[in-house]
Amino acid sequence: MANTAIKPVVTEEDLLIEEYGYDDHFHEHHHGDKYQSNFITTYIFSQDHKIIAKQFLITGMFWAVIGALMSLVFRLQLGFPEENMAWLRPVLGKWITINDAGIGTLAPEFYYALVTMHGTILVFFVLTAGLSGTFSNLLIPLQIGARDMASPFLNMLSYWFFFLAGLVMFFSLFLSTGPFSGGWTAYPPLSALPQASSGSGAGMTLWILSLVFFVVSVLLGGINYITTVLNLRTKGMSMWRLPLTIWAFFVTAILGLLSFPVLVSGFLLLMFDRSMGTSFYLSEIFIGGQALDHVGGSPILYQHLFWFLGHPEVYIIILPAMGLVSEVLSVHSRKPIFGYRAMVYSILAIGFLSFIVWAHHMFMSGVNPFISNFFVIFTLIIAVPSAVKVFNWIATLYGGNIRFNSASLFAIGFVSMFISGGLTGIFLGNSAIDIQLHDTYFVVAHFHIVMGVAAFFGMFAGIYNWFPKMYGRFMNETLGRLHFWGTLIGAYAVFWPMHYLGMSGVPRRYYRFDSFEAFGQFATMNQFITIAAIATFAFQVIFVVNFFYSIWKGRKMTTRNPWGATTLEWTTPINPGHGNWPGKIPAVQRWAYDYGKDGKEFIPQIKPVEEGESEAH
Amino acid sequence: MEAVVASAYGRNKIHPQKFALWVACAGILMMFAAFTSAIIVRQAAGNWLEFRLPDIFYVNTVVILLSSFSLHTSYLAFKNGRTSLYRGMLAVTFALGAAFVVLQYLGWQMLAGIGIELTTNPSGSFIYVISGVHAAHILGGLGALTLAMLHAFLLPHKVTPARKLRFELTLTYWHFVDFLWLYLLFFFTMLY
Repeated sequence: MANTAIKPVVTEEDLLIEEYGYDDHFHEHHHGDKYQSNFITTYIFSQDHKIIAKQFLITGMFWAVIGALMSLVFRLQLGFPEENMAWLRPVLGKWITINDAGIGTLAPEFYYALVTMHGTILVFFVLTAGLSGTFSNLLIPLQIGARDMASPFLNMLSYWFFFLAGLVMFFSLFLSTGPFSGGWTAYPPLSALPQASSGSGAGMTLWILSLVFFVVSVLLGGINYITTVLNLRTKGMSMWRLPLTIWAFFVTAILGLLSFPVLVSGFLLLMFDRSMGTSFYLSEIFIGGQALDHVGGSPILYQHLFWFLGHPEVYIIILPAMGLVSEVLSVHSRKPIFGYRAMVYSILAIGFLSFIVWAHHMFMSGVNPFISNFFVIFTLIIAVPSAVKVFNWIATLYGGNIRFNSASLFAIGFVSMFISGGLTGIFLGNSAIDIQLHDTYFVVAHFHIVMGVAAFFGMFAGIYNWFPKMYGRFMNETLGRLHFWGTLIGAYAVFWPMHYLGMSGVPRRYYRFDSFEAFGQFATMNQFITIAAIATFAFQVIFVVNFFYSIWKGRKMTTRNPWGATTLEWTTPINPGHGNWPGKIPAVQRWAYDYGKDGKEFIPQIKPVEEGESEAH
Repeated sequence: MEAVVASAYGRNKIHPQKFALWVACAGILMMFAAFTSAIIVRQAAGNWLEFRLPDIFYVNTVVILLSSFSLHTSYLAFKNGRTSLYRGMLAVTFALGAAFVVLQYLGWQMLAGIGIELTTNPSGSFIYVISGVHAAHILGGLGALTLAMLHAFLLPHKVTPARKLRFELTLTYWHFVDFLWLYLLFFFTMLY
């Protein structure tokens, strides 16, 4: 690495690290840079957590674009069902059927495939791997003061299993029978019987294979994150001095470790039902005029196993975003995070509660109403730690010397989205109200705002804030703000009207509504939503362009700590080499949120507590 | 694979790789917890064929328990420099582990013999699938034992920290899959 050869200007941080740091003799061993000796080991099969983070991020962005484009196609269908779609034929091929009049129509089975793939891709590939994979990898070693992950090799495998999962899923898009089309939850019997729909055969086989690879990736990553946080913290970095980002990634990894194996179990039983003739999920079924051999299976069993993962999964998505937002809000409002311990306890509480609420996805699946009561209560209790967090974010902003830049705007936008989407969660968490709202656009609006858009906002806040640490350059600020305002207004324009659709009973997952008299009145609203979705997508193009342009042409970073942040990642060189710190590992002397204390704008974590300093953490 | 490159501040009581193995075991345990909960949920739904677990599964339990014991003996012999006991017990463990897999296979044949085939009823299907997935984890353990035997028989007997760590990782995993079988047997016995 060229940058370690040039001795950088000695700064106050260097002196502090030299004086108080911990010497692990890292750079005296030859092994240190062995695995970064050529192009392949540096950029492709890299074991450096910073490179792996970028791999996760860029792969996630690729999938985000694919998933978003899919949603635009089915939004076109919903907004303009009569419109000629023949122009999409070069891309979608036979899935656009053209009638005698030359009018192209989206094939209904492909509409379902698009919806299914959109959900699968966004939930797993973008908001799990792209979000938690990126920032856990980037920030855990840098913020806790470690040279790398506990096992860089498993970390590399984690990315490549994700890549493999993506490859299999991508391949399934081009099957002649189409990708899986039974919904991202893959409920049997649609997922269990190859003859149930055109995507239930080879499409489903590849879908399940892809997700098993994906789970391996999540588990390898998660084992590493947990081990690294617990074992490799630098001297002085007690758990109570960890930045909230690390707490969030840590709890996220625990949730993944405990819930994804359950999904594998569920999938394994599903595979046996598909190919070995067992009846775990398949009951007496007539299909194509024929009775199947299967007897005594329970499709509800699959739902239990699926949602035991599925509900923690939404917190796997949102917790990292919460962690990033907490950090960004505190840094850019130049104030300590309000209620640090309450924030940690609420992350833990959310993590714990996420395991005992899964059946609120099944209120309408024939679950005993008395059991539902239990799940209603725990679901509503999640509002408490969530509200604590929202209160603390707002209190952090209150009276702060706020810098409104792309990162902090997205963090504030996150809080807005989380409130809007969280409130409708209280409606849906009640089993009685859910009778009306279940499987309507109200649900679509709720989860898109609270875990889709909000998680994206957290991710964007993280990208704008840590882009300088990743690439040594800044993203363009004007384009960033444009991106923010376009996305904020656009996302609300897309999802807000869906609440009204849902309250009027418009069901989700329908191919078209114009043949239903009751829903005909919403035709213009559906058009509006579609137009808003296209506009919002256009603003994401701005982001992608800004991102890649800035990697090579962005404004260069000239100081190490451009945001004036306290955490350890900003004490590394502008382009940190392998091992992150050129000399000793910094020792931590205080918590991560000493902003605006004793007349100082900020005090880095490596600075020892001075005599007469007010309250020290 | 490079051992931990990132070993930071030396205050850790437990080696990161050992800790990572424990974390991984927790993940595996969750997988089986899901299976056993699935049995309970499915059984409560009715249409549940009752039958007695063939005795061979209990014979097997003795075999796997003995293998844990022999591996632990081998580990102690390794630490105390008793080379022949170390090598011998390692080979015994491998043989017992392999015997376990074979006996499981015979157990499945006996199940089929009493009319409980894979597809007969979910109650039987669970036994096949769960014990099969467990056997896959035993096979993984046999892979680790093969590596341990290569070390034991090809290298001179020296107690280096790296070899001790490797042995301890194998030992922990083997005890874990043993415990896992006891956990599963508990459910198989209580619910059938």
